[in-house]
Parts: sequence; C-alpha cells; structure tokens
Amino acid sequence: MTAFFQSAGLPFEAAWLLATVAGILLIAFPVMLAVAIVIYFDRKIWAAMALRKGPNVVGPFGILQSFADGLKVFLQETIIPSAANKGLFLIAPIITFTVALLAWAVIPFSATAILSNINVGLLYILAISSLGVYGTVIAGWSSNSKYPFFSAMRASAQMISYEVSIGFILICVVLWAGSFNLDTIVQAQKGHVFGIVNGFVANPLLFPMWVMFLISGMAETQRAPFDLTEAESELVAGYQTEYSSMAFALYWLGEYANVLLMCALNAVLFWGGYLPPLDIPVLYAVPGLVWMLGKILFFFFIFSWVKATVPRYRYDQLMRLGWKVFLPVSLAWVVIVSGYLMITGHFA
Amino acid sequence: MIQLIAFYLFATLATAAGALTILARNPVHSVLWLIVAFFNAAGLMVLVGAEFIAMLLVIVYVGAVAVLFLFVVMMLDIDFAELRAGFIRNFPLGFALALVLLMELVLGAGAYKAGALKLGTPDGSATAAAGASNIEAIGALLYSRYLFLFEAAGLVLLVAMVGAIVLTHRQRSGVRGQNVARQNARRPDEATHNVSPEVGKGVTL
Repeated sequence: MTAFFQSAGLPFEAAWLLATVAGILLIAFPVMLAVAIVIYFDRKIWAAMALRKGPNVVGPFGILQSFADGLKVFLQETIIPSAANKGLFLIAPIITFTVALLAWAVIPFSATAILSNINVGLLYILAISSLGVYGTVIAGWSSNSKYPFFSAMRASAQMISYEVSIGFILICVVLWAGSFNLDTIVQAQKGHVFGIVNGFVANPLLFPMWVMFLISGMAETQRAPFDLTEAESELVAGYQTEYSSMAFALYWLGEYANVLLMCALNAVLFWGGYLPPLDIPVLYAVPGLVWMLGKILFFFFIFSWVKATVPRYRYDQLMRLGWKVFLPVSLAWVVIVSGYLMITGHFA
Repeated sequence: MIQLIAFYLFATLATAAGALTILARNPVHSVLWLIVAFFNAAGLMVLVGAEFIAMLLVIVYVGAVAVLFLFVVMMLDIDFAELRAGFIRNFPLGFALALVLLMELVLGAGAYKAGALKLGTPDGSATAAAGASNIEAIGALLYSRYLFLFEAAGLVLLVAMVGAIVLTHRQRSGVRGQNVARQNARRPDEATHNVSPEVGKGVTL
C-alpha cells in the first residue's frame, strides 16, 4: 500500500505513514462491525438452542439489534461510584478495548493482507493477550466494591493458569512450523497431511493440542463455561458491576473482539488460516480472505454452541483443569513432538 | 528521525514511570507505574532490534510477574502512618543499597567507556545483521556455547521453586478436599430418588 501512496507523488515517509494508518483503519473498522454482527449471531444461536426466537424486532430478522443497543448505551449516563478510584476506573475499560484491537495487527487475513508481518508475531499475540487481564483487574480494584474485587482476583488467577498451557501448545505448533511468524506458520500447513490436507489439525500429533487450545482459548477469553469472572449467580456481574454507559459498552466490545481473535488464532495456527481446507488448485480460486472469515465464523459458532450448552465450571475445577490436566499433558506433548521431529529429521 | 523521537519518548516515559513507581503513595499505583516502565523498556528493546527480548519482557514481566504483584498488593490493607515509621528505621539499609547500585552503574559506564565491554555502539554497528532472526541467533548461542550456564540457570530456578513450596507448604488437618474421581463416577440415578410421602409426614434423607 506504501507503493500506492508513493505513486500518488508522496515522499516515502508520508506514504508509509498514510499506508499504515489506512491499514489500521481497514482492520479496526471491520473488526468493530464484525463484533456488532457477531453479538447478534451469538444471541440468535443461543436463542435457537434454547428454542427461543432471540432478537427479531429491530430491522429485518432483528439484525440491527446490536446497533440499537449501542445507541441506547451511548445515550446513557456514565455513573462513577463516589468511592471509586476515578482515574483507574475510567482507564480500565479503555485498556480492555485497546488491547482487544491491538492483537489484530499481526493476523494474516490473506497472503497479502497483514498489517505488520513481524518475525515474533506469535509472541506479540501472547504478549498482548496477557495484557487483557489488566482491564479486568484494574476495574475490579478501582470499583472499590466487593463483587468486582472477587472477580478481579479470579480473573488474574485464571489468566495466568491458562497462559502457561497455551504457551506449551503454541511451542508444539512453532516446532513444526519452524517460525514465530504467523504467515510462515500458515504456509507451513500447506499440504501438511498426505500432501493434500491443509492444516495442522489433521495431524494426529497436533490434533489433541488443538482441542486443548480451543478449551484454553475459552478460559483465556473468560467465555462460558469458564466465565467465572462474571458469574451472575455469585458475583452480580463481576468486574463490570459498577460500570454503565460507554464504559460498559467498551467491555462488551472488547470481550467479543477477544473471542473473535481467539477464533482467528484457531484458524491460523491449526486450520490453515487463509488456505483452503484441501490443497487442490480449484479451491484456490476462492480468495484467501473468504476462507479465513469462514473459518473465524465457524469457530465463533463453536464458541456460541459451547456457551449455550455447557454449564459453568466450579472454580476449583477450573484450576484443576488448568494446572493438573492441561499443564502436564501439554508439557509432555512438547517432549513428544520435539522427539518425533528429531527422529524424523525435521530440523536437518 | 522517527527512531530518535521514539527513543526519547520511550526513554522519558520509562524514567518517569520508574520515578513514579517509588514516589506513588498507593502500592497498587506503584505496580501500575512499574508496568508502564516495563512497557517502555520493551519499546526501547524493539528500537535496538531486539524484538525477541522485548516480547519476552512484556510476556514475562507484564503478563505474569506484575499480575502476581498486583494480586498480592491489591489485598494489602495499607496503614500510611506505619509505613512512615518503617521509613526512618529502614533508611540506612536503603541508603546503603542505593549507594551500591550507584557504584555499579558508575563501574558499568566506566567499563563501557574504557572499551572493556563489547556492547552495541550508538550508531548501531554491533546490532544483529538484518534478515537474521533474533530468536535463531539467541537459540544458537544459548544451546551451544552457553548450554551449561543455561541449564544451570534452569536448575537454580527449580531449586528456588522447590524451596518456596517447601517453606510455605503445611499439612492442614480437617480439610475436606474435592474427590474428583468420585464426583465423576456419580450417576443421576444414585444422586436422586423418588419418594411419595403421606401428607404431613415428611421424609428422611
């Protein structure tokens, strides 16, 4: 895109700046729009599984429901509790929202559509996603109220627990792909199994890792059945109890943007990203962007499905799953995968 | 030009955040300023081309260590009067520590000036060659030349971890833990049973 702006007669620095800003907007606006649509999908899927109709009043099939909600929230009064730590109380939702958008910078939407194709893309995503917990923790502490505080405690313990196993799962993928660059990881999956199936997920050694990644992803995004930070039966609404108006909406948007990011990561790391499912020339006629978005939507359906059908975990069960099941299994799997790769001479 | 602006931005913010870390009255604010300082340090690392170190700094320090700090500090019940009393008592020790750190800084700067340390030069001539990935370079060095030191560091960490567990672990009596196997083995038909009691009689469970 820099070349495009340069051809308009701009010097390199100005063209680069314009291209980067344009790239950021080209990602951020569609993500925000997708979040609005996806909230509608989520409610529709949830309703269908509960044999209800879901939102069906605003616009055709209720598709404008999210925008109506957004408008309503926008017109509400922002309430700041008098005992709250005012600055931090207002910064917390901004952190959640910003961090949810930041990670999209390295996601390859198609072979050419990456904002920044950096060498440490996967580490960047890990770094950014580990920041997400601060929005929750700071909100819980600065609200100066007991339910948000409990929620903040839960959130910090939960995020740390599942990041450990996610790290080990990603190491398996990185070992096989030989790179931390997300685009290289996608390319490494081309014709991965029998030279015809695109995607690490069809590999018997990596399939269990994908299952664990999906579950850890749900815990990492604090989605049902691991939504203990906002367990309404125990904690009112958790860390967002004291929030209203746009501050609340920022949490809402950030949460769904994070869920979409997790779906995108599932697609990129295990399901071949923007590659078609099979390595057949005919399938490459469909643009990579379509495959990528289709995969993201497919994983979002799985997330909604789980939310609609699985009851919430107890906190001790959550911790047990993270530390006593996922951590040892993923650690053993790193040894198994690297051992297999050494024997078969993958690194030679 | 952009690099220069970015360097001064990160450097100023890192220093300011570091100062605010020790000046903030509230420990939670201190931890949050510390996170800002970590962030700007990571930005400086990116500027010198060490993107791997930068990401590790954010993942390890911001993502894990600072979260644990916050976890503890948030639960503190702070008594500012007591804190000030401790300040007078601990002042000599703190002052001595600060002096030692200052001396180390001066020594380090002196060694660098005298050419004893081969660090990157300000014009960037000693940075990694473009195209060579940070991770590969560090890995190749760490697992060949410094393998023993690397493993030894891992062993030290393991010993520290075991030590921390041994020091804090205590056997408590009367704790009813979760028996997961039994919970999983439980079936609906043994968990519920139908009774039809007479009116006013009630049931014993």
